[in-house]
Amino acid sequence: MSTPHQFKYLTKKRRVKEDRRFVTGKGRFAADFKFPGMLHVAMVSSPFTCAKINSIDCSLALELPGVHYVLTGEELASNINPLLSGLDLPEVKRLPLANGRARYAGEWVAAVVADTRHIAEDAAELVAIDYEMLDFVIDPEEALQDTAPVVHPENGNNIFFDKTWTWGDVEGDFAKAAHTLALRAKWSRSSTVPIETFAVTASWDGGREMLDVWASIQMPKYPEQIARALRMPVTSVNVHFDVDVGGSYGLKRGIRQTVIVSYLTKKLQRPVRFIEDRLENMAGGEMHGPDRIFDMEVAYDEQGIMESLKITATDDCGCYPGRAPLQLGKPVSAIVGPYRIKSAQYHARSVSTNKTSQEAVRGFGQAPTNFAIETVVDRIASALNTPREEIRRRNLIRSDEFPWRIPSGSEYDSGDYHTVLDKLMKTADWDGLIDKRNAFRESGKLAGLGLSTCLEPSGGNSSFEPLFNPKNNTTTWMESCLIKVDMLGGICAMMGTSSSGQGHETLLAVSIAEVLERDPDSIRAIHSDSVTALPSNSPVGSRMAIMLGGAAAGAAKKIKNQVIAIAAHNFQLPEDRLIYEGGDVYVKGDTERCLKWEQLVDIAHRQYHNMPIGSEPGLQAQHTWEVPSGGAMPKEDGTVQMYPCYAFEAHIPLVTIDPGTGQVQIHDYYIGHDCGTVINPDIVRGMTFGGIAHGIGAALYEKFQYDESGQLQAGTFMDYLLPSAHEIPTVEMIKHYTPSPLTEFGQKGSGESGYLGAPAAIASAVNDALAPLGKSIATLPMRVRDLEELLNS
Amino acid sequence: MSKNTIQITVNGTSYKREVEARLTLVDFLRDELDLTGTHVGCEHGVCGACSVIMDGRPVRSCLIYAVMADGHDFVTVEGLGGKDGSLSPIQDAFWENHAMQCGYCTPGMLIACHHLLEENPDPTEEEIREAIGGNLCRCTGYQQIVEAVKIAAQRARGSNL
Repeated sequence: MSTPHQFKYLTKKRRVKEDRRFVTGKGRFAADFKFPGMLHVAMVSSPFTCAKINSIDCSLALELPGVHYVLTGEELASNINPLLSGLDLPEVKRLPLANGRARYAGEWVAAVVADTRHIAEDAAELVAIDYEMLDFVIDPEEALQDTAPVVHPENGNNIFFDKTWTWGDVEGDFAKAAHTLALRAKWSRSSTVPIETFAVTASWDGGREMLDVWASIQMPKYPEQIARALRMPVTSVNVHFDVDVGGSYGLKRGIRQTVIVSYLTKKLQRPVRFIEDRLENMAGGEMHGPDRIFDMEVAYDEQGIMESLKITATDDCGCYPGRAPLQLGKPVSAIVGPYRIKSAQYHARSVSTNKTSQEAVRGFGQAPTNFAIETVVDRIASALNTPREEIRRRNLIRSDEFPWRIPSGSEYDSGDYHTVLDKLMKTADWDGLIDKRNAFRESGKLAGLGLSTCLEPSGGNSSFEPLFNPKNNTTTWMESCLIKVDMLGGICAMMGTSSSGQGHETLLAVSIAEVLERDPDSIRAIHSDSVTALPSNSPVGSRMAIMLGGAAAGAAKKIKNQVIAIAAHNFQLPEDRLIYEGGDVYVKGDTERCLKWEQLVDIAHRQYHNMPIGSEPGLQAQHTWEVPSGGAMPKEDGTVQMYPCYAFEAHIPLVTIDPGTGQVQIHDYYIGHDCGTVINPDIVRGMTFGGIAHGIGAALYEKFQYDESGQLQAGTFMDYLLPSAHEIPTVEMIKHYTPSPLTEFGQKGSGESGYLGAPAAIASAVNDALAPLGKSIATLPMRVRDLEELLNS
Repeated sequence: MSKNTIQITVNGTSYKREVEARLTLVDFLRDELDLTGTHVGCEHGVCGACSVIMDGRPVRSCLIYAVMADGHDFVTVEGLGGKDGSLSPIQDAFWENHAMQCGYCTPGMLIACHHLLEENPDPTEEEIREAIGGNLCRCTGYQQIVEAVKIAAQRARGSNL
């Protein structure tokens, strides 16, 4: 396997192609697209936590000049198919607008269409709805009780999913173990909250019979979902993937919004746009993240070596299942973290409550799970009075043990966890940090040093789909690239997805440049429209460096092979007598006999008489790549290879807590990081720093707080606190490269890095700070008021 | 809805328009002048994505009505670079150091950093963080932004030698 220094373009610092348009204000975001005759939508939201909708009177709204239409849930429901669910729940219908019953405060009940957004908002206030309040349930554990109000009465209860898997001799291992320990850890409802809300414009062209969609979307199979909902062929849906997406981190999956405007544009024969305002986004956009209670049990020996782990994860899914419950599934791929735990039990429960729904959030459930596992590891250290790093060293999988199969069936591809941890601790000067912590303590502060070690499963096969839904038989999660070499030798590469800051144009250009040995800056990378795009599954699950990079390299190799074949034919020599260099092909030992790239391309495009017999004219290639190690259904016992590549990260933060106010300050932050071969170092740095910032937010600040009556208390940035440059420290990143044997260049995923270990590390630091007081906390976020309460209790 | 006539200068060009009293400056810039580089984030003055420079100082264009902008002078992200399309030092440093990912908060960040460097050509890390403290970025964790400001400042100082 290649090591970093062998690459010509990969791993090197290089300006990111996309950034030029962003620094000049020339990014093209969904809200930047305007069309003649475009109409605007504002939503009418239910103010009640649960209510029956007796009637909707739109007459006053429709009288307002400039108002074109008011779409009710009833009309929409009778003209579309319910939206796709990740689970097999035929009685739970997810619709873009509430129909008959509104199930959470903020749920959209009607959509007003007007000449301007202002008028639409005015008219939304004039829609008169007769509601009848119903019983509701907010607490997920209460929702599990037989007596609880049922969010979807048709479903019979509030359980969306409830299953237990046991891998290995869990009970035997627990019975034999010298020690066991149990704890409860909570991860509260937060989200990635992009600065751009969801925005979508749809325009139906009856002449072409085409629905054009411009959206801030990051979602697998988006065009297919639109087509299914609207009962139209996918060939009549054209999603413009060249729209820049203003942040997503998994979240931007506005299928409800899209179906509403798509229905309206067909109905009204005008382009229709909906841009969520911040409250629509936070309360009704259905873009909250995991909200999870972990009941953890671990069996371990005198040395702190973990023998077995039992996890019960109870997830408050909110109102509708969508794809969100599958976020309980991804953790199956790394259910024992980076540790040599030989048996595990996983009880996953997805529960419905009268809150807005969850959507996929960075890490797809892995960050909360890592937090719970790491809390267990720290508690073992504490129970045995052994340093936390030592407990980890004893449990981490060793570098000579890869590939390592975990109890739930996934095989970890590669890693060198001990080296990364050692490098991190050395660079961070762990002992020096302990001295610094102790100095803080001596000055009267509460100070703590945190540690976490965890994995980023990447490039996945979506195997949690069949695992969680027996009717789903998905075993591929492919990605594609099409490369065209034009008549003058220019290279254009096409992907079939939009991007939300991941730098895919740069990824394509550099991956292709590496294979073809052409200047990356000369390679154009574009986002195809969905009707012309090859199969893609969008940038989810830390997969694009692996999958799009692999597809691009695969297509580039085909181009290279074609070029060599053309040269061989023209030299009348076998290919093994030729050397390809920088696009030119020359004869071994006789560099005078050379065909330049431009000549070879010209032959391909114009000189069919000089082409190998039977070859295809022109110079183009496509490659659709199956996930390495993928392709299999889960076995009876639920074991399955879920992700091919496993990146590793270890975090060390040093924090202080103000004993009076409970405010946490982060003084130092180090991360050891190994995602294999790095495609672009600035992109990986950025992803990691940004992920840490998200993690700090989830650990200390961000929470979609609901009150007891089910009203969202954090619908604006005044009360849902996003960390600023004051709260996020400078992070020192210590890099290590263990290439994956499964990928083209040895790369692994990094799109979720930082976020997967930062919450656990901050929690570890806070608890270290609390330890001298004999106190602890295992609930995130650890907000100022939570800590103040704890300190003064 | 009654309309008011306003005259404002944006990036050196004077515009005269009739606007509704409730139209915010950011909507005016984007919808009336087609200057879509300025972005709408929270619409309540917290995120800073809509930052523009008004009479030499950064302001939130979502908190200002267009009618209040009458007679004032503005610079938006489109006005930071040269008329020939060349990048300003801070734009170039942002690009070089990948001080963004999705690019959505970037125009507001650039406005804040541009203003900082005009006022303080040699800012400390703390001063940089203070200057961008009112601009939220969800992608970067701010680090490469802070670094980019240092790069731009260093270059500007170097060019004056």
